[in-house]
This record gives sequence, C-alpha cells and structure tokens, in this order.
Amino acid sequence: MNERIKRLREQSLRAKASVSLERAMLLTEFYDSGQAERVSVPVARALAFRYLLEHKEVCINPDELIVGERGPAPKATPTYPEICTHSLNDFEVLHNREKVSFQVPDDARKLQRDAIIPFWSGRSIRDRIFAEVDAEWRAAYQAGVFTEFQEQRAPGHTVLDDKIYQKGMLQFKDDIADSIAALDMYSDSNAIDKWEELTAMNISADALIAYAKRHAGKLRDLAEEESNSARKDELRQMTTICDRVPAEAPRNFHEALQYYWFVHLGVITELNTWDSFNPGRLDQHLLPFYRRDVESGVLTEEGARELLQAFWIKFNNQPAPPKVGVTAEESNTYTDFCLINLGGVKETGEDAANDLTYLILDVIEEMRLLQPSSMGQVSKKSPDRLLSRALDIIKTGYGQPSLFNTDAIVPELVRQGKSIIDARNGGASGCVEAGAFGKEAYILTGYFNLVKVLEITLHNGIDPRTGDEIGIRTGDPKAFESFDELYAAYEQQLRHFVDIKIKGNRIVERLWAKYLPAPFLSILINDCVANGKDYNDGGARYNTSYVQGVGTGSVTDCLSAIKYHVFDEKHFDMSTLLAALEANFEGADDLRRQLLDETPKYGNDEEYVDEILRAVFESYFGCIDGRPNTRGGHHRINLLPTTCHVYFGSVVGAMPDGRVSGEPVSEGISPVQGADRHGPTAVLKSAAKIDHLRTGGTLLNQKFTPQLLADETGLTKVAHLVRSYFKMDGHHIQFNVVTAKTLREAQKNPEKHRDLIVRVAGYSDYFVDLGRNLQDEIILRTEHWHS
Amino acid sequence: MRHSNTTNGNGGAVSGIIFDLKKFALHDGPGIRTTVFFKGCPLDCWWCHNPEARKPQIESLCLKRSLSESDDVSHGETVGRRVTVDELMVEIMKDEVFYDQSGGGVTFSGGEPLMQVEFLRELLLASRSRGLHTTVDTSGYAPAEAFDRIDCLVDLFYYDLKIIDEATHQKYTGMSNRLILENFERLCQNGNRVQVRIPMIPGITDTDDNLEDTVRFIKPLSVITEIALLPYNRFGEDKWERFGMVSRLGDVAVPPEEVILARAERLRACGYTVSVGG
Ligand code: SF4
Repeated sequence: MNERIKRLREQSLRAKASVSLERAMLLTEFYDSGQAERVSVPVARALAFRYLLEHKEVCINPDELIVGERGPAPKATPTYPEICTHSLNDFEVLHNREKVSFQVPDDARKLQRDAIIPFWSGRSIRDRIFAEVDAEWRAAYQAGVFTEFQEQRAPGHTVLDDKIYQKGMLQFKDDIADSIAALDMYSDSNAIDKWEELTAMNISADALIAYAKRHAGKLRDLAEEESNSARKDELRQMTTICDRVPAEAPRNFHEALQYYWFVHLGVITELNTWDSFNPGRLDQHLLPFYRRDVESGVLTEEGARELLQAFWIKFNNQPAPPKVGVTAEESNTYTDFCLINLGGVKETGEDAANDLTYLILDVIEEMRLLQPSSMGQVSKKSPDRLLSRALDIIKTGYGQPSLFNTDAIVPELVRQGKSIIDARNGGASGCVEAGAFGKEAYILTGYFNLVKVLEITLHNGIDPRTGDEIGIRTGDPKAFESFDELYAAYEQQLRHFVDIKIKGNRIVERLWAKYLPAPFLSILINDCVANGKDYNDGGARYNTSYVQGVGTGSVTDCLSAIKYHVFDEKHFDMSTLLAALEANFEGADDLRRQLLDETPKYGNDEEYVDEILRAVFESYFGCIDGRPNTRGGHHRINLLPTTCHVYFGSVVGAMPDGRVSGEPVSEGISPVQGADRHGPTAVLKSAAKIDHLRTGGTLLNQKFTPQLLADETGLTKVAHLVRSYFKMDGHHIQFNVVTAKTLREAQKNPEKHRDLIVRVAGYSDYFVDLGRNLQDEIILRTEHWHS
Repeated sequence: MRHSNTTNGNGGAVSGIIFDLKKFALHDGPGIRTTVFFKGCPLDCWWCHNPEARKPQIESLCLKRSLSESDDVSHGETVGRRVTVDELMVEIMKDEVFYDQSGGGVTFSGGEPLMQVEFLRELLLASRSRGLHTTVDTSGYAPAEAFDRIDCLVDLFYYDLKIIDEATHQKYTGMSNRLILENFERLCQNGNRVQVRIPMIPGITDTDDNLEDTVRFIKPLSVITEIALLPYNRFGEDKWERFGMVSRLGDVAVPPEEVILARAERLRACGYTVSVGG
C-alpha cells in the first residue's frame, strides 16, 4: 500500500470509538419542532432524514479520496433514540467497559439526561415493543429462550444489487413520480398510504443529493485553500464527483465508489439497520467501470487498488452502533457485518470470477481491517484459483475471507420462492444469511435457544433457574418409558415457544411498519417503489423473517446422552441424571465423565447421534418454515449464533452432554467444543447431515493451525476439504488459523497482540477485544491434530 | 495378474488387529486419505515412533499422562483392537466423498501391515472393488510370498529403506536387511509403483555413507523416481516416555532444516523427485 493509504489506515486504526449525540440531538430537535405532527409518519421520517443530512457536520479527512462519515468524525458513532434510548447507566457501561468501549463525552451525558431521554421515553420502538408484547413473551425473553433483534436495531438485513450503478437519484425520482402517477385514487383502498410513502421516498432522494452537494461545497473550499497542486487537482476532481453522484448515474470507477458510499451513509443514518447493508457483489458491480477506465487509460490497476483501499477504510471508520442491556452482552463487537461477496455466478449461471475479484482479494489481504468483512462465493464452476487465493489469505490468520457455497445459496433461495435470476444475483450477508440482493427484506428476528427448551422440558415446563413455570407441562421426565416419549415432549415444548416467538414477531413487525418506516432504504430495494410500500412493511419483492436456531450441537449431544445412557444402555436412570444436573455434577464426577467421554457425540460421523441431529433439525424446521409473517412473506430458519451462544449458555444450568452450568452452548452447526474427535472430515460429514438447502444459512467453524496450510500440499488438501463439503451442500465454512499457544500468549499480554484477528462466528474480531469466556472458548475449540 | 481380484464371499468376516485409524491423513499418499495402522512389527528400530505398535497382540499399556509438571498420573490403556474387514470398510468408506474429490484413498500402515497378510489382502480386495486408491506403507520385512499375495492389489507402495549396510541394519533394527532389499528389487522388477522412504536419524540413517549406498542400490531400478526424506522428530521419543519404555536412541538432536534440504538437493541431483516430511 502506498504512503497515503498507510496514513489513512493508521488513522482509522488509531481512532477511538466514541458516542456522538449529533444525530440524536438533530432528530429530537426536528420531532420537537412540531413539524412531524402535521404530516404522515412516512413523510415525517423523510423530513427527519432530510433534516439530519442538512444539518449534520460534513467531515472530510486530510488526504481522503472517498468522502463522508456517518458521525462528525471517524468512529464517532451516532445513537438512534427513536429505536432504543440509552440510559445514563448504559453510557457508563459503554464508557468504562474494557472491551468494545465507546468514549462518552461529558456533555453527552447531560444532553442525554436533559433532552434525549425525556423526549423519547415511552416513544422509542423498544419501549413500544415491551409495552405491547404479552406476559408469556416477556417471561420467555427474560428466561433467555429467545432474543429479539428489533428492540434495538432496525429490520435491516439487506444488501444492494447493481441498480445504483445504472441510475442516479434523479432517475429514481422519475420512477417514484411514475408510480405516483399510476396510483388509482378511485379504487385502490391503499392509494393514500402509497402516496404518502412515495412522497416520503421522493423527499429522501432529494435529501441524499443535497447531502452530496454539501460535500462538493466543502471540497471546493478545500481546493481553494490547498497549496499543494497535486492535492488541489484531486480535491477539484472530487468536487466534480460529488456534484454528479448520487444525482446522476456514475460514469467511472471513482464515481461508482463514491456514489455507493453516499448511499451507504444514507441507509445507516436513516436507521441503524441490523445488519450488514453493503454493496454485495462488488467485483461484479464495479467490473464494467474498471474495464472501461483501464481501457481508456483514465485508471491504472494501481489507481483502482488505491481507491478500493480508501473505500475499505471508510467501512472501518463506522463501528456498529452501541447496544444496550442484554444485547450488549450477547453480541459485543465493533463490526457491523458488512460482507463483501466475491466470485459466485453471473445471472446466466456462468462463473463470475474476474480480474477485479483477484484485485479485491489483494486489497483484503493488504488492508487487514476488521471491516468490511469479505467472503468468497465458490460454485462448482469457480476456478481452483479463487479458492486457493482465498485460502492463501485465510492462512495468514486474519479470518477473512470466509467461504460460501454458491451451489447451496442459489437452491436455498429458489426453494423459498425466488426466481433463479434473483437467486444467482444474490449471495450471503451478515454472518451467513442467504439473500436476493436488492430485492429482499430478510429480517433476522432473534436467536432461539434450543438447549434452554430441552432444559425446560426436563423440568416439565419449569425454568429451574427461577422456578417459574414458563413452559407447558409436557410430563414428568422420570415417568417417561422411552426416548421417543422424551423427544415428543421436547418437540411439544419447542412448538410452544416458537408460537410465542412468532406471535411476538407479528407485533414487532407491525410496530416497525407503523412507527418507523424507512423511505430512503425503500428506494433501493425492489419493488418498494413500484408497490408504493415501505421496506419495513412488505414493500420488497421478497419478505422473509428468520428465527436463528442456536445450540444444535449441544441439544443433539444432550439427547444422545439421555437416549444412550438412560434408555438404551440403562447405565443410570433419569432421576440419577436429573439429580446430578441439579447438583451441577457436584459429587457426580464419574457420571459426568461418562457423559463426556462415553457418549456418541455429534461431529464424529456417527449415525447413532447424527440421526438425532436430523430429528432436531426437522423439528425446528417443521415448526417455523413457511409460517406467514405480516409482510406478505414467510418465516424461515437459519442456524447461526453470532456470539449469542455465550449468552444462551449463561442462562442454562448443567445439561446431559456433561456441560456445567453457565458454559457456552455449541455455536452455529459446529460440534460442542472438544466433542469432535475424528478430525475435520468427520465434522463435515456430520454437519452435512443437516439439510442446508432448507435453511437460509448455517455457520460452521473450523480451526486449523497455520502449519496445516503452510505448504502447497496442505493448502490443496484443505481446498479439497472445502469442495467436498460444498459437494454435500454445505452452506458455509470458515477457518480460524491460529495456534492455541499464540492465543494464550495474547490473553496474557493483550497489548502485544492488538492486531490478532480471529474469526468468532460469522465475522472476525480482535481477539483481545473479546470477553474472557469467548477467548477461552476459542482456545478450547478442537485444534486439529496435524501440526 | 497372479491372483484373482474377487473375494471368496466371506472375506469381509476376516479380522485383524489394528491400533489406530486416522482420517484426513495428509502425508500418507495422494489426496485426502484414511490410514489404518496395523499392530505388530517384526523389526525393532531404535527410533521407532510407534513403540506401542510393535507387539502383534492387543496389550494393556500403562500410559503416563502429565496434567501438570508436578502431577504425573498413570492409567492403563488398551492398545489394539480386533476388527473385521467389513467393520473397517464401513469406517473407511465414510470419507468416500473426500477421496473422490481429492484423488485420495486408503493407506495401510503400521507396524507392518504384511504381518497380517490375509487380513491386508481382504482389505485391499474390498478397497479395490469399491474403486479406492490403495497405498501400503511397509518396512519390507516380510516373506516374499506375502508380497506376492498383495502386490497386484496395491496402487502405491511406501517402502522404507532405512540402512543399506547389513551389519548396521542388524544393529539398529534387530534384523538383517537382506529380505527387505530382495523384496524391494522384486517389487520394482514386477513394475509396481514404489516410493522410497528414508527416516533421517542423525548419525544412523542420515549419514553420507548410507545415502550414497541407498542411491547405489536403487539406481539400477528404473521404476524408482520418488524419494521421501522423513526428518527425525521428537514425537516418537515422547511416546516412548508416555508408555514408560526406555528408548535406546538417547539424546538425538533434531537435524536442522538446512541439513535435510541439502540432502534433498543431493538426491535431486541424482535425478529423483524428493519430498521432505512425506
Ligand atoms: S519398522 Fe516402523 S513400526 Fe517397525 S519398529 Fe521400525 S519404526 Fe517401528
């Protein structure tokens, strides 16, 4: 990387994350002014958006090539009080906590106390949600049976397709105008709502154009003042760019990147979408610009590399907005899950890897930044070069890129009813979620704790932590005469809690649709404009609600232990087992050893237990998939944890897999830590027994020591390992390439290992920023025995 | 072909004693492989890295496991188990998808697999009939007839040539190497694919003389094109200790990488493809 990029990168790494109340104050000013009350909700939201973009500070950092920050400075992170309002205590926690801290300026505390909290209390969506859900939901939520994403972050989870590279905001405004003109005011009962929504979109499009012009203005001033003539030229050129995009379609590589960046800022300023809004198939979208510019001589490969690197730094400058309460525990990270997709297939089905794919991979390798995250989409048509180049970068130990199976993603999306073209133009985002980019609102609604459900089943509907009866009475397990009886009870309990979750989802969805529409995001996702409907209200072409199952491996091993020891081999009876669990295995060392060492465990390619895994999958799938949401789409499942398996473990007591109280449950579809004892092929075989094609994504973590990938032979064989897994329809695999020794060292001397990035679960994070539990777990996770 | 390729119908019931089965074996032949370790070996190499494999019987060994520096605990461990060909094939075939993808297969190692030649033969037949690539990793110390029973069923031999000088061989392995060298020549003359494996034990096998002898010995055998140098490591030593056995090797320094690389270069200059570390 050149000197400029080195400097910008350094600045970005050094900048400390802080809380900025700029957005919160502007928003409150707007809503306090009374303007919002005179118009419809969507229009008020659009006017608020405009107010923010008109008044927020324009920040242009020295030497930059791509401009625009969400906050007043790099890593100055806004809050979204209309969604959840931080308490003063939250601020203290954020400010003082060791990991992933946010500095809270002194005046911010005062403003929060005097202006923000009084205005938004009772009005924030979080407050509204907790006021609307019923007692059952609240009890299950508090017990840790599930979480709710939308109590703190907006229903995001969507990724952009190629539309902005063909149209400027002015053209989008034309589309909006056409849609308004086509409204049937005489017979369409929703025509008024549509008119309001489309009007809101129109205002939002203008707001973004004006925001870019403010940057052009500032750039012009800077160019005037600049004494260095090279930089002066650059600033002039950047002025031209910001005058042009996003109003008009981009004409070249630089304009395309800057256009995207304004759009990105628009989306993450409008709301704090969870998660991952990003350009998606970047190597596809930019290719025409890259080829044209290089051919015509206005751009060199080096120039493109520099621009991409500058673009990368912009992502790194935007930490994920700080959360509050339990969510802060369950998912603690600066990363905002932007996952750049590389490779895959074209909409014609042909392999899509190209020159730019490899150039971007170079950028990823060189930049080594936490954000954006990146992944390689590998189809059977992908060249081996794509996979080996990706592994080459993975082996440097930075956890990126992760690897996804295009040949699983496409059929997953098609099964859900997407057209094959939309599916091929899609990919994976966030952690691992499959989506039709630019056309789908695929909302993650919350994690679901399968292990907790089993624990409640083993206590006949009672949560043993509190003694509260939060489930249904599925029978006293001591009276069960067969494993099938126990399993039927588990399934019944599962359905009960899934029902509660889905009922809650309906309430939450309606609240968002009613109070917090997202007219700007709606411009970007088909067919919101054509439908005159908001993204948060089912305006998108496809509308999916996911419930993410957590603890598949743990719950499978628990059931296996009961089946094997209690019913099949009769080593001990249910009362003995339950007593040992209640005592957290105190005085039951031998029994625990049996559970740990002499039980068939998931991850070893053993039919006895993998049969149970299939049942666990079918039950979960069966009670969720296909149930309608309120946005005209359906509920679906995926199996991923982010870091929620740590929180979920903390609310579950000792369990029959030998896990002691409070320990994390298994993550993603990975086996329980240490339970896989026959190496990676056995893990992959077991994992492939889940029907990935009926999910919207699964997450599998594998850890390797760097030695394994050190030589060509090792690298090739790992590539074969990946291809084999993908042949079996595996959705995703990621590699942590580190040694336990290094990690222990890092735990002891964090200051010396600040740069150590590990893949946690669907994303990479700085090891030293992780909590002790998670650090320990990563160290423990089976290190494969080849060194 | 001297032997029929079909089983006699109940070959699957034939059993033998193995002491380990390792999946995702990366250094035992082409592609991703499963390696089966046969128990029992006729040699007694000073540097043996699998001391628990030597006795042909199932045995109970006292395994020392140190939990911390001050706290040594011992516990008994059964080494070896009797398995049938059918049972083993089920386990081996579990990774078929990986073999297909990578051009891998199954490797029979040990110990000395030819010590249980009928068991080995049935396994090779069963593997062959399932289209698997087969590798046999041998010390070469077995009756000529044993090789005759299997050589047409083996895609690749990994063949240890430890020491060419007979007296030295006798000293460090307990046996003369005459049989080993004769079998080697015969396998080569019959056109089998054979890769030479040389354990690099400093001062014993890893000497100028022994390597020159080795080249002189294999030179006339034109089928030999590949040599693997297997540098000495402390892995074996650690095992001796854990099984409470006394190694006669004493304190041998792990040879520095440049020494091994220089050896490899010398062999390459003689026209061989040389790999280091298998
Ligand atoms: S031939 Fe192999 S298994 Fe047998 S004693 Fe020598 S090193 Fe050990």
